[in-house]
Amino acid sequence: MTGTPLLSDEQLASFVARGFLRFDAAVPDEINAAFLVEAGEAPEAAPGRKLRATYGELLAGAAIPEIAPGTPLYDAYPEGSAVRRLLDLPLVRGALRSLLGAAPVFDHHFLHVTFPPRYHQGGGGENVSQHTHQDSTIDPRLAFDVQVMYYPHAVTRQMGGTRFVPGTHLRKVSEVALGRYQNLRGQQHMVCEAGTLLFLHHGIWHGGGVNVSDRTRTMFKIRIHASGSQQRQWNRVERPASEFQRPIFLVKAPRPPDSVAAILMAPEPWFEQDTGRLEFINRIRLWRYLTADPNFDADYWMTRLEPHDEAQGVV
Amino acid sequence: MMARGRQKVLVLYLANSALDSQVIGWAVYDGTGETRRMAGDADAPPYATGLAALLDGWRLIQASQLLPHARGEEFDLAYLKYEFFFEQWIETP
Repeated sequence: MTGTPLLSDEQLASFVARGFLRFDAAVPDEINAAFLVEAGEAPEAAPGRKLRATYGELLAGAAIPEIAPGTPLYDAYPEGSAVRRLLDLPLVRGALRSLLGAAPVFDHHFLHVTFPPRYHQGGGGENVSQHTHQDSTIDPRLAFDVQVMYYPHAVTRQMGGTRFVPGTHLRKVSEVALGRYQNLRGQQHMVCEAGTLLFLHHGIWHGGGVNVSDRTRTMFKIRIHASGSQQRQWNRVERPASEFQRPIFLVKAPRPPDSVAAILMAPEPWFEQDTGRLEFINRIRLWRYLTADPNFDADYWMTRLEPHDEAQGVV
Repeated sequence: MMARGRQKVLVLYLANSALDSQVIGWAVYDGTGETRRMAGDADAPPYATGLAALLDGWRLIQASQLLPHARGEEFDLAYLKYEFFFEQWIETP
């Protein structure tokens, strides 16, 4: 696809390992400004006015259409609208092509607005962060959907920002069942410039941060799924298997952190000691799926567990 | 009549089943109402290990069990495995 920059092996490996790709200030200011106009502004807080009513009024007035799930993504938004222009950016087209294949499909979207304290005081509610959760419901697939998070204005730490935990996406959990996990080592908060995009694996654990600033925070999310193969859709480079079977355990010097093998096998700060190894195995399984290479392995994790010849079965 | 005293609860998620292993996740619920802890409110853990919480006076009231791995599901991961609940009982007037 001429003019559509596909993702690299390193970017795909990072997505497989960590469950996200971040592109700072990727959307031009002109589109950001147009989007904020289309989204509209929330009515000002008032004593006794419930936040639910404020939010409902905002959504009803926004110039963002209702769209049926299953709509081809590139038919979903009107020509010239801010979201359509965003989706047509070469970087966005290339990333979605690389992760989801040729014909991505719209699942749902939502205008996430996080309100500053005066709205909660006015409505009698409590201003708290959102519990950490995985979107949708238990999802046993190896294939994945992508959630594009779009930040049309700059986000400060005071404004909360989306909180997410890199590397949690391969765990099969049930939505907010994990709400008890207030904080995990390695969690990240989206503090970013206007026009920043976050491409998330659908399984990543995340939640909205509490807004203690004096203005609303807006984030627009679109969930997108594949309609065909997700295999070998990126700018893939054939690499020898030996590149991934690095000497393990007895290692005499730090190894370069930016090789595809190193990216795939990098632990996260929240990993348990034993299940961290299962995380590596699950990354290898996902890489096998995406590369259509059933024999792929890294650091011997799968080779050790699988038969070494046809006569040898798993007993 | 409301009981005197209030409970503070600390939940620690550890790197393995040993109480002296590293804290990887945590939550605090404060029944005294003095603090309101919530998701994403701290990026550094309150204690380095579960043992450090004991040394600071927290009382362990529950620990997760170690369960065998079901055949065919050995690689499946879901919730964190090493969950420890602690409490402090705070006397109130």
